[in-house]
Amino acid sequence: MNRLLVPALVALVALLFLASILIGPASVPVTDSLSALFRGDGGPLTLVMRELRLPRAVLAAAIGAGLGLSGAVMQGYLRNPLAEPGLLGVSGAAALGAVLALQTGLAAAFALALPLAGLTGAFIAVLVLALLAGPAGGALTLILAGIGVSALSGAGLALVLNLSPDPFAAQEIVFWLMGSLADRSWSHVALALPFIILGCALLLTQARALSALTLGEDAAASMGVSLGRLRATVLLGTAAVVGAATAVAGAIGFIGLMVPHVLRRATRGDPARLLPVSALGGAALLLAADIAVRLILPGRDLKLGVLLAILGAPFFLMLILRTRFAQNA
Amino acid sequence: MSVFARVSEGLAAVLALALWAGAGAAQTAPPARVVSMNLCTDQLALMLAAPGQLISVSYLAHDGAVAPLRDAARALPANHGLAEEIYMLQPDLVLAGRYSTVATVAMLQRLGVPVIRFEPENSLDEIEGALTQMGAALGREAEAEALIAGFRADRTRLAASLRDARAGTEGPRAVLYSARGWTGGSRTLSGDILREAGLRNIADELGLTWGGMVTLESLLMADPDRLILGQPGRSPDGWSEARALLHHPALRHSRAYRAGVAANDRDWVCGTPHVLDAIARLIDETTP
Repeated sequence: MNRLLVPALVALVALLFLASILIGPASVPVTDSLSALFRGDGGPLTLVMRELRLPRAVLAAAIGAGLGLSGAVMQGYLRNPLAEPGLLGVSGAAALGAVLALQTGLAAAFALALPLAGLTGAFIAVLVLALLAGPAGGALTLILAGIGVSALSGAGLALVLNLSPDPFAAQEIVFWLMGSLADRSWSHVALALPFIILGCALLLTQARALSALTLGEDAAASMGVSLGRLRATVLLGTAAVVGAATAVAGAIGFIGLMVPHVLRRATRGDPARLLPVSALGGAALLLAADIAVRLILPGRDLKLGVLLAILGAPFFLMLILRTRFAQNA
Repeated sequence: MSVFARVSEGLAAVLALALWAGAGAAQTAPPARVVSMNLCTDQLALMLAAPGQLISVSYLAHDGAVAPLRDAARALPANHGLAEEIYMLQPDLVLAGRYSTVATVAMLQRLGVPVIRFEPENSLDEIEGALTQMGAALGREAEAEALIAGFRADRTRLAASLRDARAGTEGPRAVLYSARGWTGGSRTLSGDILREAGLRNIADELGLTWGGMVTLESLLMADPDRLILGQPGRSPDGWSEARALLHHPALRHSRAYRAGVAANDRDWVCGTPHVLDAIARLIDETTP
């Protein structure tokens, strides 16, 4: 069964990717859509397929993969099943960074400022979390630190959006806190994808180190793991993935919580195996969620965070219950 | 009123009309301190008020992005539609829009300040009614009549130039597209501007006679000939995803965008004779 896990996930992602580019407000026969996508007759359907649906699906797959992977890495590094970028305010801080870059005009003057500002926000948040509740801190400290980071970044976000001279900005706090892939374009892909790939590559290099860390810091150090390098790589990699993803799609939560949790048993809890399958699982989950928001309320831009929180929050509560039972036992 | 009616009965028709206006003014003196708290009543009042009669306009009237009469408005202090600041101006008439802050209007009326509310205009014909209502409110009926006559003459002239421009061919299919994907249907003033400029409004094909949100995908699939973007240049500072939608690459690569974009600017916002400038520009821009 384990040997089939990766091919099965790859097939699922491919299937959902195809479904994602075939579903939209304009209901067009599948063959017409695909022929417009590949042949390109220069008509409106080609424009829709190539410039709206394809970048949207690419972003869903890339962001989902990045969030699934960074969730698995954070849980492995903090040795805590409750760790997740969205819940702990890392995504919120990334959104604050991105909004600051947009409202100050920095992003207009210099395009890369947008993902870099998101990255900076995420980096500060992960750093604060690691300092307050590093591997030695318990679950409670981590959650409390996360509440603090979340509250502060959410308030900062609301303040910046309310101060904006743009009358529409203040209404968009929902986009930044809940996330959406509606009307994304290739320019968003170009901004976010390099950082997501770079971040994922960084995080995947730490798979062995995270496996060793399950035995404790001392054991890991005696096995030749450089704890300093591990920490730096985890911080930078997570910040790059979450920062770039949030800068173009808003804060999308719960993927990093649910995906590693579902796949942990199948990988026998080994981070080295969990990391790549979490990336695949994350891509599948975000693609599915993005299809669902379009089917539930077509043309109304239901935010991804709404759906993911309805699925993910009970998960989170269940995990808290399990942590309590584990403590009592 | 009865005395007034009896007097007018005994006079010739032309004289009666002149006396009506004169006697009306004598009976209820025109307001001397008028405050307007709505962008569109600001514009109408600025066009019709006697010098010194209008003492304050809404803060939006000072914003050239939405107000055609910005320069005239800037000579007057702005108000923010708050009951307290308006009451302190000691107005003898307040002009408000149908949807101006209900609480403010109710408060002013409790304080004994006369308030006249204006309905938003949803067509070019309704602009005449608005001018008449404003003329009566300010005691400037003659000025309103003159403005209406000029408005009618300009409309007739525009209709003639449209006939020449189109030469019997069907007008292009056009769509209005504003921040967040809002489009105006044919029952709105913007829709009437499109019709008067000889354009076919795609909102009708989409079943949005009053207007509504259109996703970018639906807009592109409708494949319009012309795109009229809603104030893409408004508030150059700040950022919103709502306005960023108007710069989406898919929109920029569409056939309609490449045909040239007509911007929906300040002349479209309120129902005033300024909409004719917008119509003239539209006819000009959509004539091959």
